[in-house]
Amino acid sequence: MSNRLATEIAGLKLRNPTMLAAGILGLSGASMRQVIENGAGAVVTKSVGVKPRKGYPNPAVVQVSRGLLNAMGLPNPGVHEFVEEIRELKEDGVEVPIIVSVYGFSAEEFAKAAHVVEKAGADALELNVSCPHVKKTGSEIGQNPSLVAEVVEKVKAVSKKPVILKLTPNVADIAEVAKAGVKAGADAITAINTMRAMAIDVETAMPILANKIGGLSGPAIKPVAVRCVYEIYEAVDVPIIGCGGITTWQDAVEFMLAGASGVQIGTAIASQDLGVFKSVTKGIDSYLRRKGLRSVKDIVGLSHRH
Amino acid sequence: MSAYLTATNQLRTTRIVSIRNETPTIKSFALHDSLGAKASPGQFVMIWIPGIDEIPMSLSTISSKENLVGITVKKVGEATGKLHNMKIGDVVGIRGPFGNGYTPTKARKVMIVGGGTGLASLAPLTEEIGKQKERKITFLLGAKKHNELLFLERIKAILDRANGTIITSTEDGSYGIKGLITESAEQLLAKEEFDIVYACGPEMMMHKMFQLTEKAAVPFQASLERLMRCAIGLCGTCVIGKYRVCKDGPVFSGVQLREVRDEFGHFKRGFDSRKLPFKP
Repeated sequence: MSNRLATEIAGLKLRNPTMLAAGILGLSGASMRQVIENGAGAVVTKSVGVKPRKGYPNPAVVQVSRGLLNAMGLPNPGVHEFVEEIRELKEDGVEVPIIVSVYGFSAEEFAKAAHVVEKAGADALELNVSCPHVKKTGSEIGQNPSLVAEVVEKVKAVSKKPVILKLTPNVADIAEVAKAGVKAGADAITAINTMRAMAIDVETAMPILANKIGGLSGPAIKPVAVRCVYEIYEAVDVPIIGCGGITTWQDAVEFMLAGASGVQIGTAIASQDLGVFKSVTKGIDSYLRRKGLRSVKDIVGLSHRH
Repeated sequence: MSAYLTATNQLRTTRIVSIRNETPTIKSFALHDSLGAKASPGQFVMIWIPGIDEIPMSLSTISSKENLVGITVKKVGEATGKLHNMKIGDVVGIRGPFGNGYTPTKARKVMIVGGGTGLASLAPLTEEIGKQKERKITFLLGAKKHNELLFLERIKAILDRANGTIITSTEDGSYGIKGLITESAEQLLAKEEFDIVYACGPEMMMHKMFQLTEKAAVPFQASLERLMRCAIGLCGTCVIGKYRVCKDGPVFSGVQLREVRDEFGHFKRGFDSRKLPFKP
């Protein structure tokens, strides 16, 4: 494929603008390598924190109309064990950026986790201030611009790598949170994480997820995510990575026209499997060729002209 | 609408149609489910025990004629304990079938090795293979003791119709040959040629069968068990090397198992993804 697809986000060089979204298959070096071999331009790991977490009991996933609900509960082996997986990937000489998603129950925990994974070879950090179903972290931080700023500042103080802030749509004004994050030093914004949601079984009258409330992903949230990217693009000057329901190349292009420099893909792997990275990339390439454009960078934010 | 929704992954609720005591610790439950009834041997479903848990279960009966599926459950923890206390008419949830199932064989001489609840997926496979008269099936069935031999009568009945042979062994010698089923398999592989070997049971048993079939250069398929959450290839809970057991498996060939030999028989991952070693 042509180098029209190559792009750069906060100093990270990507062979194409697709990335594996956080929370999907990002717990082992071998499975991330499989995603890279299937064409992803970068991978974001599952969120890791300073201590191991088992997450919530099952059911942790429920399919709903046009989307998936999940409440995994941030399962992860903890940074100290996880660094082995990062090292394994790095030792294999992978050429695509490895972005490590970190979370914490305080700004200090974020910084500690960030420090450990950066030492192990992370090319960038993505701060999960947007998980909608674990108390005292995630969106409970991400809904408060001053807490977001504190987390970004503490991480930036210990980190030399690009810091990407992943935002929650469960706020009144996402642009305001983005502005606070960028002012505190965030190098890029990922928008969006899942939307707080739930499903109840009519036969048993029971909430299906063990945690009752989870996060909605997939095509159902795409229009919300596109709007968020559009609003953030008008508010800040750092690159934006779009995320939320991207399944086809048209979805990816739509996000880029709204202002995204890259796109993250997660839920679509359930229906399209890992081939989704190549099909989306190929589709973007044909679109650029058809429009006579030399670089994927040329379509970022184009819709704002109108 | 895009091809996003997959009908099989939609959670359905269904009532328990019948319950059968198989061994002192194992029960089978029959459920009406038209999607499950179209599954192939070796595929699995996620069973929701409302308010408790959702667990992966191999289909031990697949009857498209009656729109029925069967699951065979050993009482090992909270979820399976709750299932064991359920009665006919109680509601459970089901999604699936998931995974690849066993690859049907055209081979003539077939060895099937089953231990414990591994019989659940092997029984429908044996029925399927047994329909072809030109096949010669040798079934090796093992357990710790006599009353834990799962599906003994069922397998005997299939093999009677299919002109196959059964070899049983128990670790305490209370039925059949005394010892491990893999010891019987080893002796048999040394003196007879087989075209394919299927195995399902405890990981270390399957690992031993993998080593034996590698040595004898016989094609091999084994159905692996890992912790599962999403069952649709997203969450990564069930990964072994580059494979996802829920989507790329649960059945793997000897060739694939070679690629994951650092993990197969060595460790599985816990719900926090940390490595849990298997006891040799």
